[in-house]
Amino acid sequence: MTEQTQHSPLPNFREAKGKYSGILAWVLSTDHKRIGLLYLYSILTFFAVGVLLGLLMKLELIAPGKTIMTAKDYNAMFTFHGIIMIFLVVIPGLPAIFGNFLMPIMIGARDVAFPKLNLFSWYLYVLGALIALSSQFMSGGSPDTGWTFYAPYSFKTSTNMLPAVIGAFVLGFSSILTGLNFIVTMHRMRAPGMTWFKMPLFPWTLYATGWIQILATPIVGITLLMVVAERVFQIGFFDPALGGDPILYQHLFWIYSHPAVYIMILPAMGAISEIIPTFSRKTIFGYKVIVVSTLAIAFVGYFVWGHHMYTAGMSGTALWVFSLLSFLVAIPSAIKVFNWVGTLYKGSILLEPPFYWAISFIFVFMIGGLSGLVLGSLATDIHLHDTAFVVAHFHYIVFGGTGFAFMAAIHYWFPKIWGRMYDRGLAMTGWILFFIGFNALYLPMFYLGMEGMPRRYYDYLEQFHGPNIISTLGSWVLATGLVIIVINLVKSARSGSIAPADPWGGKTLEWTVPSPPTVENFEKIPTITKHPYDYR
Amino acid sequence: MSGETHTIVSNKTYILVLLFLLTMTGISVAATQIQLDSLTIFVALFLASVKSFVVLTYFMHLKFDSLFIKLMVASMFIIITLVMILMFIDYDFR
Amino acid sequence: MSQQAHHADEHRDDEASKIGMWLFIFTELFLFTGLFIVYAIYRHMHPVAFHLSAHELSVPIGTLNTVILLVSSMTVAMATSAIRKGQRLQTLLLLSVTVLLAMAFMVNKYFEWGAKFEHGLYPGSAILHERGFGDTMFFGLYFFMTGLHALHIIAGVTLILVVFAKVYRNKLTSENPVLLDNAGLYWHLVDLIWIFLFPLFYLIT
Repeated sequence: MTEQTQHSPLPNFREAKGKYSGILAWVLSTDHKRIGLLYLYSILTFFAVGVLLGLLMKLELIAPGKTIMTAKDYNAMFTFHGIIMIFLVVIPGLPAIFGNFLMPIMIGARDVAFPKLNLFSWYLYVLGALIALSSQFMSGGSPDTGWTFYAPYSFKTSTNMLPAVIGAFVLGFSSILTGLNFIVTMHRMRAPGMTWFKMPLFPWTLYATGWIQILATPIVGITLLMVVAERVFQIGFFDPALGGDPILYQHLFWIYSHPAVYIMILPAMGAISEIIPTFSRKTIFGYKVIVVSTLAIAFVGYFVWGHHMYTAGMSGTALWVFSLLSFLVAIPSAIKVFNWVGTLYKGSILLEPPFYWAISFIFVFMIGGLSGLVLGSLATDIHLHDTAFVVAHFHYIVFGGTGFAFMAAIHYWFPKIWGRMYDRGLAMTGWILFFIGFNALYLPMFYLGMEGMPRRYYDYLEQFHGPNIISTLGSWVLATGLVIIVINLVKSARSGSIAPADPWGGKTLEWTVPSPPTVENFEKIPTITKHPYDYR
Repeated sequence: MSGETHTIVSNKTYILVLLFLLTMTGISVAATQIQLDSLTIFVALFLASVKSFVVLTYFMHLKFDSLFIKLMVASMFIIITLVMILMFIDYDFR
Repeated sequence: MSQQAHHADEHRDDEASKIGMWLFIFTELFLFTGLFIVYAIYRHMHPVAFHLSAHELSVPIGTLNTVILLVSSMTVAMATSAIRKGQRLQTLLLLSVTVLLAMAFMVNKYFEWGAKFEHGLYPGSAILHERGFGDTMFFGLYFFMTGLHALHIIAGVTLILVVFAKVYRNKLTSENPVLLDNAGLYWHLVDLIWIFLFPLFYLIT
């Protein structure tokens, strides 16, 4: 590598002069760090749209009857909200942003295995997003099937289904190629001495996630192609009038979409597994158990999809088999919570924003997870399926899980990525408002669901009014917290105080390189001798 | 270079593999003449699996590849089988 | 050649490329698995209709296509050995034969499908819908699966042609055969899928 003197350090990756300048230096870059940021900016843009849709939906629900939109508009809103949040935000989310930026550095590599493929994955993301977005503007109207595109309505509706499903198909390829890239990277490019069991936990979760991306996404891919064939050719696979079975659609859809939630949560858990030891100044409790539980979640999670279909019409045998498997997959998830708490116990706690996000993650994730058991149990699910309870459950586990972990991750790795520190006061204010707003928004939905309020309805009975008001108010508090967080981070990225290489006392490799990192990440690839999180 | 050595398979081996595959194909076709009823599909799939195994092992070079790649490929078929079983737990018991 | 390749060699990892290709092959495998699941379910529901409909497909053409693909798998496999022995012309010849065989496959497909279209059998056709659920599912699957498979043949041929061009221009030699290996892997996958499609559509009589 290039020789350098003490007083002229290498430029960081943002300042370094490459072949291109201006915007081209970003959109033609194969540097994993720039690609991670490209994903960050595009994902956040779509997240903002998704949040806006959510706020509008909550505004509609502040009172029974029509408030600001018709039922058809409401259907279109929750469909687009779901498509954006699922396919454009939480599935790519942590792997594409933090995985891309940090994983190579954390394993002691200079980049991923296939940098050009990495850039191509981002192009596919943007293309898929634009195709899906176009469904909102073409004649025919905005899709109103829900993000789940259930047959037969998805091929009977006159709304713009084709761009929506084709967009999702293209996005799937982006996901697949990212997973492929990460798996090969971790197999082939770990630094000398970094055996699998010396690799930090965030990369481990990206590894397991990569396998899910590769093995589950194609199934939804082919299912979406079949929906296209239904709409264009009336091929009949899911059309009862032609001999098809709509439940088969649900099977195929959920064979991907359940593992997809593990794509969402495993990297989130990985980030938390990085943050907790750092802010406890203590090694992670049960490193190997966490690794095994990560792989177990990925594997068992592949076989539980039927729990989304308990009331659809499956056989009795299928019902209890899927319920049993669903309870089994909860075990490794719970184990991780024990490990995190075990790490905190007798640790020397550093009370900074990433820590608060991490422990509030544990709190909301547990509520989400435990409510999942209520839904995973056949007898209770009969009453709760398609009610607001389900909406509460998945928002706690996805928004609470992946969302809080995203916040924890951005507050943890912010100084590394931008070389500056954010304002602690604003970060804490944002956090507390977000946390309070989040719980006010979603907790009432558990009650509403148990009382019988259906989901995906723009109207409800008068007796549900009170809790709905609390929920909508919660959405405003949450949004306020979110705005404060964004302002804090955007401002600090430009003008925050300069951050050192290791502001938190982290022990993994990213904290040994400058903040922000140089283009090549390391002057010299390190040789690893210690376990990660070695606080002795 | 990654330093991995690649076994060069002889053309003779490839031709023998092809002859085996053609024979299996012939047997599959001939088997349709025999009234096997519900067994037909199993015989057909069994022979297809044998052919696949040979294509994977020799043409796709798995025989000479690392254990990791062999394990990965085997796992794929195991996962597919498990998914099929779960699907039929629904459809068979309706 | 080797001086230019030197810098690329520092970063080149052939095993990584191979693993990457295998992972991509797994995605293709699972793509078709979705369709095999649909096939399995509808065959389970309509065993008689599937059995009878299979009679309407031509076993001779199907067998011929199977033979074509098996031979083409052999020729591309031989190419991976030939390139390593430095046999450039042999490699080019084998790749050409592979492509020609693929085209023969497509021509057969064209005639098979054409015959069905002439009889009013295509996805969504009124005649097909009148024939009943089992037939609709069988032929829907037949066209969808062999159609998707044909798209993969086109993709495979494209990949092999790219490799052919590189070998022709001496950009791909015994020093860097990985792209040829990977194109070969993709081609074998296309063959593998057909190895299962053939009995499931033609031989369940």
